[in-house]
Amino acid sequence: MDLSFVILVEMLYAVASLILISAGLAVVFGMMKVINLAHGEFMMMGGYATITAVNLGVNVFVAMIVIAPLVVGLIGLVVERLVIRHLYGRLVDTMLATWGLSLFFIGLATMIFGNTTTGISTPIPGFAFGDYQINGYNFFIILVSVALLVAVLFVLKATRAGLIARGAMQRADMAAALGYSPDRIYMATFFCGSALSGLAGAVLAPLVGLVPTSGGAYIAKAFITVIAGGPSLIAGLFSSASFFGVINQVFTFAISPVIGEVALLVAAVVLLRLLPQGITGSFFKGKL
Amino acid sequence: MSLNRRSFLAGTAAIAGAGLMPRATLAGETIKLGSILDTSGIFDAYGKPMDMAMRLAVEEINAAGGLLGKMVEVVAYDTQSDMALYSQYAQQLTRQDKVDVVHGGILSASREAIRQTMRKTKTPYFYNVLYEGGVCDRNIFINGVTPAQQVEVLVPYAMGKAGKKVYILAADYNYGQITARWIQKFVADNGGETVGVDFFPLDVSDFGSTIAKIQSVGPDLVIAPLVGGAHLSFFRQWAAAGMKGKIPLASTTLGVGNEHKVLTTEEGNGIMVAYNYSQELDTPANAAFKEKWTAAYGDSTMIHELAVSNYQGVLTWAEAVRKAGSLDRDAVISALETGLSIEGPAGKVTVDPKTHHAVLDVHIMEFENQGMKVIETLPQRQPVDTQAVCDLSANPGDNTQYEIQI
Repeated sequence: MDLSFVILVEMLYAVASLILISAGLAVVFGMMKVINLAHGEFMMMGGYATITAVNLGVNVFVAMIVIAPLVVGLIGLVVERLVIRHLYGRLVDTMLATWGLSLFFIGLATMIFGNTTTGISTPIPGFAFGDYQINGYNFFIILVSVALLVAVLFVLKATRAGLIARGAMQRADMAAALGYSPDRIYMATFFCGSALSGLAGAVLAPLVGLVPTSGGAYIAKAFITVIAGGPSLIAGLFSSASFFGVINQVFTFAISPVIGEVALLVAAVVLLRLLPQGITGSFFKGKL
Repeated sequence: MSLNRRSFLAGTAAIAGAGLMPRATLAGETIKLGSILDTSGIFDAYGKPMDMAMRLAVEEINAAGGLLGKMVEVVAYDTQSDMALYSQYAQQLTRQDKVDVVHGGILSASREAIRQTMRKTKTPYFYNVLYEGGVCDRNIFINGVTPAQQVEVLVPYAMGKAGKKVYILAADYNYGQITARWIQKFVADNGGETVGVDFFPLDVSDFGSTIAKIQSVGPDLVIAPLVGGAHLSFFRQWAAAGMKGKIPLASTTLGVGNEHKVLTTEEGNGIMVAYNYSQELDTPANAAFKEKWTAAYGDSTMIHELAVSNYQGVLTWAEAVRKAGSLDRDAVISALETGLSIEGPAGKVTVDPKTHHAVLDVHIMEFENQGMKVIETLPQRQPVDTQAVCDLSANPGDNTQYEIQI
């Protein structure tokens, strides 16, 4: 009984962390069709922003939820103005440019923070459930990812800005004809995507040892989740993160962590063979 | 300009000859110590202090009048954490610079990339890093601890403190696999039981499910030869789950790259390790070493296990040259094979003539307030793992890295 509760929490946590890791990419790649290979580095910078802020005496939650997204969002803004905006609609070129950016950010972080592992400890203590100890921070991550999904859904569905953004992504020329500047909309959307990546990196920072190359560990999972999710942003993210998170955890518990990782990748290959358009290409059609 | 083969050959021969001449005269004036380390790139946290330690050792040797009446000159190459550059610079060191000895290599992959070049060109080679054991080659001398040296002392100590049921979490490559096997052996030898073994690819950074699984098994002790930044997450998540006070931890890798300075005191305190060196070693030799380091570089916090191994490697080589009275490779090797020993910052280091590995002091330590507090010193531990498979006095022509069967 106690163990099944622990396993349930771990599964929810796995799903939640996949959602967090992939949300920024879902906006940048799913909505804007920019293959952002520097996504992992955006997360890494979110982590460093948090750690730096905490070391300067800022409250850890403020650092994670306010400062890191803001810092990474602003970095994203600069990147968009200097590089990405020249490359909209050129899928392969964005890949090359962002790959270069990823190398640049790794180098920059190495110069500033050094090539050593840094980190902060988790702000929420563990607690006992029956015979088991649970990481209390797991619940915070689950909470953040639920809040994030709800917030993105709300912005896209219920606000005028969300409507304009969605419109501009579908038909930039029509949005322009109606008097909105696609250039500005793209810029704002890229800012939001980067900020989400920064938030993910920040929230995960207390759980890991951060090095400048940490981003590489997230990028594959993020792309798999977003691509398997398919065209709908929220429904796709949620369904594919749930699918992969549960598969990963079931195999991790039943066999071993290595098999858990392998099962995730095998599931992704099979899924894309059966549903080449992603989950929401066949189910939940037309949902956000 | 027309160029036929004959004039081309004549021309290049002349250029090559001209290039060699000044070198040949120079070789008489100084002794060349080749160094090949990753002082930039992702392994620079290991390589930089190693390079600093090597230069410190050479400075000391020169300050004391050099070797055989000659100064030692360092010829160093930075391999930039790129394995391809190792073979290239190894060729350069041995064939062009014609160095008298090479110290260096960090990862096992880098050592294997250059070991054969050193052997072919008859350049004595020192590999000064802790590693998985088993290399058997008369041309190489290895200064780091091997798994048996660490595990043999760590396991009984940790089991005595915690209990007999042990759970192992290891990195999923040759080092972790081999070390995990050694841990299982010594757990059984000490009357304990291994209740679980899990391996993790180097990029796994999420250990939540593993922590739950460990609790469902309920061991008395967790031993974790985990490697790298991603795996550091385990120790953090373990503390975050509140497991810290419940099941004690031991590791064979944590601290080599000064990881104990990254973990907070709540996360790190009490983790048991066993190494050759700790900055907290309270010996006159270590105090003197730290003082010299501070005088040269201003700050001694960078010193780690590998840096000290490299320092001791250079001193061992220098001692052998003095003893041999020559730079000739066979004379130097014979001198080393007499079982020569030096006093380094981490204690006495003796060359094991049979395996060319080192017999060293191993210290059992516990993390305390971001330092490694020495609990117990076990003097002169033999590299029993490699000794089981390698005997260079019986087989001087051996050239293999054995996978040690337990």
